[in-house]
Amino acid sequence: MANWKKITRRSFMVLGAAVAGGAAFGVYKVTEVPPNPLQAAAGAVPLNPWVIINADGVTVIAPRAEMGQGISTTLAALVAEELDVDWAQVRVLHGPPAQAYFNAGFVDRMSNVPDFINASAPKSHNAIMAAVPKIFSMQLTGGSTGAIGGFEQMRLAGATAREALKAAAAQRLGVSADQLKTEAGMVIGSQSFTYAELAEEAVALVPSDVPLRDPSSWRYLGKPMPRLDMEAKSTGTAQFGIDTWLPGMKFATVRMNPKRGGAMKGFDPAPAMDIAGVEKVIDLGTGIAVVASNTWSAIQAAALVEIDWGHADYPTDSEKMMVRIERAFLEEADSRLRDDGDVQTELAKGGLIEAEYRIPFLAHAAMEPLNAVAWLKADGTLEIWCGNQAPIMTRDACAAAVGLEADKVTLHTPVMGGGFGGRTDTVPAVLAAKVALELRGTPVKVTWSREEDMTQDYYRPAAIARLTGRLDGQKATALWGKTAVPSAARNALNRMLGFAPPGPDRGSVEGGFDQPYGIPNYRYDGHISDLSVPLGFWRSVGNSMNAFFLESFIDEMAHAAGADPLAFRLELMEATHAPSAAVLAKVRDMSGWDALKRPGFGRGVAFCYSFGTPTAQVLEVQETADGIRMTRAWIACDPGLALDPSIIEAQMTGAMVYGLSAAVQGAITFADQQVVETNFYDYEPLRMQNTPSFEVAILQNNGKFGHMGGVGEPGTPPAAPALANALFDLTGRRGRSLPLGQEFDFAA
Amino acid sequence: MTIQLTVNGAALTVDLPGDVPLLWALRDGLGMTGTKFGCGVAACGACTVLVDGAAVRSCQMPIGEVTGQITTIEGLGQPGNLALIQQAWIKHQVAQCGYCQSGQIMQATALLAENPAPSDSDIDAAMQGNLCRCGTYPRIRAAIHEAAQMMKAG
Ligand code: FES
Ligand code: FES
Repeated sequence: MANWKKITRRSFMVLGAAVAGGAAFGVYKVTEVPPNPLQAAAGAVPLNPWVIINADGVTVIAPRAEMGQGISTTLAALVAEELDVDWAQVRVLHGPPAQAYFNAGFVDRMSNVPDFINASAPKSHNAIMAAVPKIFSMQLTGGSTGAIGGFEQMRLAGATAREALKAAAAQRLGVSADQLKTEAGMVIGSQSFTYAELAEEAVALVPSDVPLRDPSSWRYLGKPMPRLDMEAKSTGTAQFGIDTWLPGMKFATVRMNPKRGGAMKGFDPAPAMDIAGVEKVIDLGTGIAVVASNTWSAIQAAALVEIDWGHADYPTDSEKMMVRIERAFLEEADSRLRDDGDVQTELAKGGLIEAEYRIPFLAHAAMEPLNAVAWLKADGTLEIWCGNQAPIMTRDACAAAVGLEADKVTLHTPVMGGGFGGRTDTVPAVLAAKVALELRGTPVKVTWSREEDMTQDYYRPAAIARLTGRLDGQKATALWGKTAVPSAARNALNRMLGFAPPGPDRGSVEGGFDQPYGIPNYRYDGHISDLSVPLGFWRSVGNSMNAFFLESFIDEMAHAAGADPLAFRLELMEATHAPSAAVLAKVRDMSGWDALKRPGFGRGVAFCYSFGTPTAQVLEVQETADGIRMTRAWIACDPGLALDPSIIEAQMTGAMVYGLSAAVQGAITFADQQVVETNFYDYEPLRMQNTPSFEVAILQNNGKFGHMGGVGEPGTPPAAPALANALFDLTGRRGRSLPLGQEFDFAA
Repeated sequence: MTIQLTVNGAALTVDLPGDVPLLWALRDGLGMTGTKFGCGVAACGACTVLVDGAAVRSCQMPIGEVTGQITTIEGLGQPGNLALIQQAWIKHQVAQCGYCQSGQIMQATALLAENPAPSDSDIDAAMQGNLCRCGTYPRIRAAIHEAAQMMKAG
């Protein structure tokens, strides 16, 4: 394991020096090398925490979880690029909970400076900030950071492994390593060896220097690689968490208080016990679990248990919740992350444009319902299988829930049937662990019904925004955005960590404050609401809200100015951020913007710079006899360095579909303190027939070389405003409230 | 209660109550987890299997009432022995999370058996019951057209 010390030493040398002068975190903690969690097994030699050499190839251990975003393939390609293995020799697995798999990419999400400014600055993050993901063992998948965090780490893992293997061959041949070549899993010299033959000897050999290859020589990176999970996912052989199957296992489901956070005052299990196949009803304190011979019987029975639920401490219905949220405007802004020029003086000149927008709560509704398998074994150890975005946190929470030390808990992170931010919480694994505690010795699979998944989610917050702007002729001279919104980050962090950092709440203003519009007087404020509905991170987080507010409003300003909405945006952006202007120009050209305007059709444009990637979208809508159809969509994005164009195209497209699904008909509403929508018939996503066709362009101008924006989320924020703007173009009616299906008649 | 099912050509026995839907007999009773649970109410198509060649939602079919030959994704083709449609799926790199894809592939298989050269609107009509939260619809469409071409070419 010695050769990967190099990696962390290199990354943290600068840091050690920076913090030695008495900064907040001890030098020891920061410079400490996280232990390699992998152990050698027959025919499998780990050379570092990310690379295992097998008899027939290499297994890459991915530090990020696969939820469909393709990250496992890209992380493996980063290793393979340096390691010189054929793509067919590469497998990928998710790593165990371990500090070594911390996500260095998260540092890109910790700044309150807009990224369009950060991206072109040299990558010299504050050294203390850079250490945060490691110190706090942030083994997290999220924030569109996977490739960013892995870019150097995974290439170094491949390069150090390669050099160690060469050193082993050099020793055998009595030559120096630089006389040897590597190719297709072999070290080639006067005699050639497979990596597997050399692996044992390579373990002890630390390469003296690890040069990374010049991008001009890349074979895999920058190319569309066949996804490593594609065959399994096309044959039903991919093992999702819900597919975990152990001999003798029982099947269970849970039912928790629909008045979220309320107590369970009592319950009568008798009616459930009448269902054939039901074995047990378990008191989980805040709800119940039913154990049966199969999941369906458990779900039927759970619905029959009579439960006396206590109340939640939020208002009874959605309408009253919006009143509560609106009240936040009466308090001073707590999150003002942009205040350019002098907004008040400019707005005092009068002639204002004003608008208010409203958006509902949203559920994640991943295709794979929440689930976890837990097995408390006779020897007192606990084994868990649960798709999750935070393995260390999940393992520790399970350990605490059943009174075990963390080292007695083994957590597996199988591939996930979608995440979209909804698998950050530890709840499913913890509840399964509690069920296992009551079934000591017997493995149990706990599956949420779709209804339970949807009504017990941690939602994207509802919000209200008020925007005011001023024009001088055709030029925007002032913009003041204000949002009133309960904080998803504070809500989630309080729940998961027991505290939330003070200071401004980026999530309530991101997508609004950080956009590259060169409006001279530009202020953007968040007013955090105290509404206590359970919230979480939903694909693109605050950007999903603020892009709708800001991009709808920019459109309204363009209309008031009598300007073309695309040209209006372009003009505001050209001097501020050229790569952002370039994606707008690109989407204009791809879509044939000028020619899209014709009778019976509407066109809308929207832009959002999020997760390091400026993204512009044009959507075409058509009035038909069956209602309005979304016909064609164009996306131009600039993630900087694009590691895999096929995966990026898929993510951009999928993210826009996700955003459009919510924009057309997504809403979680409350009545009697309970979520009303329970399944796909009343929380209806887009389907084949109402999804537009797509064309995607990937530009690579943003930032300094090596800047990488995220790709999993930036396609979502512009979707809703692009649709609202297209509907305005088509009908002359401005939809200021989501979902738009409430006001507009869409074809089914 | 012991029930006989013919799955992918094999006669199998499950010991579950007769009102348990086929989906759960496959997944929990037989450990055949390729067929997925998404909604339980015929709203998503993740559980789609073929019964005598016709696509059905297995979450809606009590095992006590199943008559006929059941084909699941496991019976269509496996790694190393892929069905044409699976080859098309791989060529177009359709799957993202992949969770809906067993159902999508089974539904598309039934479509192509009935209509070897489906138009876009034929595809819309046949596939409308199959949700994909990852939004892979454009690539599903392309893969179905591709599979139709491959089948025509033999
Ligand atoms: S699980 Fe059967 S249609 Fe959704
Ligand atoms: S690929 Fe994820 S739901 Fe379809």
